[in-house]
Parts: sequence; structure tokens; C-alpha cells
Amino acid sequence: MTGLGAVTPLGADVDGTWAALLAGRSGVSRLTESWADELPVRIAARVDLDFSTMIPVRQLRRMDRSQQLALIAARQAWRDAGAPDVAPDRLGVSIATGVGGMSSMLDAHDRLKEGGWQKLSPYTIPMLMPNGAAAWVGIELGARAGLHTAVSACASSAEAIGYGLQLIRSGRADVVVAGGAEAAILPLGIGGFAVMRALSLRNDEPERASRPFDKGRDGFVMGEGAGMLVLESASHAAKRGADVHAIAAGVGYSADAYHLAQPRPDGVGSALAIQRALADAQVNPEQVVHVNAHATSTQVGDAAEALAIRQAFGPTTGDLIVSATKSMTGHLLGASGAVESIAAIRALCERLAPPTINLENADDAVTETGLRIFGEPCALSGGGRGRLPAVAISNSFGFGGHNVTLAFMTA
Amino acid sequence: MPMTEQEIFTSFGGLVEEFTGMSAGDVAPGADLTEDLDVDSLAMVEIITAAQEKFGVDIPDKELKHLKTVQDVVSYVQRAQRSIVSA
Repeated sequence: MTGLGAVTPLGADVDGTWAALLAGRSGVSRLTESWADELPVRIAARVDLDFSTMIPVRQLRRMDRSQQLALIAARQAWRDAGAPDVAPDRLGVSIATGVGGMSSMLDAHDRLKEGGWQKLSPYTIPMLMPNGAAAWVGIELGARAGLHTAVSACASSAEAIGYGLQLIRSGRADVVVAGGAEAAILPLGIGGFAVMRALSLRNDEPERASRPFDKGRDGFVMGEGAGMLVLESASHAAKRGADVHAIAAGVGYSADAYHLAQPRPDGVGSALAIQRALADAQVNPEQVVHVNAHATSTQVGDAAEALAIRQAFGPTTGDLIVSATKSMTGHLLGASGAVESIAAIRALCERLAPPTINLENADDAVTETGLRIFGEPCALSGGGRGRLPAVAISNSFGFGGHNVTLAFMTA
Repeated sequence: MPMTEQEIFTSFGGLVEEFTGMSAGDVAPGADLTEDLDVDSLAMVEIITAAQEKFGVDIPDKELKHLKTVQDVVSYVQRAQRSIVSA
């Protein structure tokens, strides 16, 4: 990994986001729009940024908000990587989203109802198609090795990064821009999750609403944003003398085959993804020093993940530092895997795990698994008792039963 | 009241600037929309839709193939406005 980029509720870039994570700052606030008055949930984690200073207005209005976020984060990652000189046929893009251009689809539907088809923008379809974000990035960078979009709900961008890794391993590309973006803080997005009883109702305490692993958790908080990584083959990075943040060492996939919107309570599906990621990375559980948990702050999900981590790591579970950064970012849905991968990579680089805020009374089901989760930044050990490279993993799980774990190793 | 050719030209130049980012000052009457102003087929739909609203005329799809340059559009709009007034 030679480049990182992020636009999140905590910051306009990776450094801003990382500083806010270490400071334990919440990105959740009250929704001020009148439409929120009609909903049971009136809080979210918004990106507060004026995109018009980064993308010309005429282009902005041809892009869904999720595509705008993706392009800005991808440009950051590309710059961070030093704008690699790579043949277009060897540059790939793998950018995901959970729900695509939901905002644009709803706007277009309103126009259709009010003025007929002639009132639709000719960019309606490109704005709502889930692969639109990947397309904007691919066109801007001139990437011709391949353009891919995984759609697997809240595991989408983790899957996209995994696919990016496989693109390089398979020899189809030397460099891949991989990640995800999401922008669904809308009446339909909030209402849709609220009616599933998936969202926190802690409207009066926005900053305390997202509380993974806490006894008092009552659902997730919707967030928006984008995270992008530049993946590069070791030989290509070495040839140009690139700075390497960390090594994308492995990816593990599994599926629950259990329920459309609930994880297996016993965590078996997620544990399998973790085990497969470690096997793919050819690392021992003892090398893993840090887990960026999926931990959305739902009752069933967090408890199941704690069990999964315990199953995968067994007696070494107590050697890990687990962080649930959604306690601060909220849940970025299809973008969460990418943003949390970046947090895990920074944690690995700086040997410092970000805190998990709002963990006041840990759930008994979590405590029993022996997970170590802290409210303050926590120093990470060297891994493998100092002999082998340290590894951090990032878990991402999605409605439908998708489980994806990414493993990152110190460079 | 139909607009003068110059009024239509100035106003249409503003639309081209809005949708392409090209400065209105660079929009010459003889400029080819595709070749010189980088108007692709989707941007053409945007510009023509906006022009129909702005000038109060219909520009049917079958006419688009005849509208190659800025002057083609200006002349078409002027004719269409006059035909509305005389009808």
C-alpha cells in the first residue's frame, strides 16, 4: 500500500481523520433538516465539506454525492502515493458502494413525477449506477487494466480492496486504486434502517449514540464518506522507490447463509473470514496485534463479532488490542471497510490503536471473550514476540451475510 | 418579443459556459460544439434542454444533427421564436 485517502465525518483527509480518532472525537451530530423531524432517528455522522472548491460545479452536478466523495478521496490517495508512473493498461480500479447513487435516484424520481421524462438529467443513470464512482476515478486516472465494483452492503469496500489485491496477485495490474464511498443520509436511508430497528434512537446524545460493545448500545449511527487505498505490486513500488505504508497481506471471505439482515449469533461465519485472511496472508494468529472490528453498535452484531474474534484467536485473544472506530465515525456502510482499513494501517504504522469511545459498561458477552478494548489510544506490541512482522486486521460484515477480513502487515 | 441574434448569442454563450466550463468569451459563432467546445452527446442534451427553457422554443431531437455550431443553434432559436410570434 503506497497511498491512502479519506473523507470522513471526522476529517477532510487521512491525517485529520486519524487525529480525530486518536482524540476520541465523535463525528455524530443532530440532523437539522425538516425531513428528519418526521423520523424516529434524527442523528447522523455527516461529512461537512464544500466540494465545489475541489471539483468544478458543472462536474459536481453530474455526480452523485457518493461519487464526489470517492473522487476526492481517490485523488488524495493518488497524491499520497506520489502519482505513480504506471502504464494505463496496468492500472486498475476497484471501488465499491453499498447502495450507489441513492440521493440521485430519489431526486430523479421527483423530477420524473413533477415534469415527465424530459426533465431528467442525461446524467441520471450514470449518477445512480453503483459503478459510477469507480468510473469517475478510472476515467480521471486513465486506468485501463479493469474497472470493478463490488456490492456487498457494509462489506462492499473491504471486498473491493480484497479484489484489488487479487488483481495485482493475478498479474492483471501493477497498481490498483481500491476502496469505497457512501452517501445515504437521506429520509429513505435513515427510514429504511430505522424501520428495521437497526439505528440508535439516542437523539438527545448524538456523540454518545454509537457505543460498540457497550451494554447500553441500541443500534448504529448512519455515516457517510469515502476511503481509498493505492495498492501496488512490491516490485513496482520498489522500482520507483515508493514509500510503503504497509503490506496488504491477505483477504478472507465467507458467508453466513443464515439471515438477510442478522449475523449468525455464534460468530462462526465471521470467524471463518478471519481465519482465511490469516491463512491467505500466511501469518500466525500470534503476529496479529490489532483488530479494527466491524462493531456497529448493534446488540447481536457486536456480541457475535466478539465471539468470532475469540474463535479465530483462541488463547491469544488477550494479546490483541481491539478498536471499534465506528464509535466515532458512525457507520459508513459500504465505505466503512476502506476507512477502517486505513485506521488499521495507521495504527500499525504508528504502533498505536485508536480508542473505542462510549464504552462505559462492556457487555458481559464481550467481556467473557477476553477482548481488550480501551477508551484511550493504546500502544501496540511488536507482534509475534518481536520476531515476525506485526499484523493488523480489519473486519467488515454486510447484510446478506457477507464476511470479509483484510490483513495488513508492517512494511 | 423575439430576441435579437446578438441577444441569443450572448445568452447561449452563457449556457455553454455553464455546462462546459468554457469561458463565454471563447464561444465564437463559428465554434463547432463537439470539436471546439467539447460538448459530448450528454452535455448536448443538457444544453439544449436548458436552451429550450431559456428561449421558450422547442428543439426536437431530429434537429440536433443539424446543429453543429453555435451559430446553427442561434439561428434555429431565432427562427423558432419568430415563428411563434407570427403564428
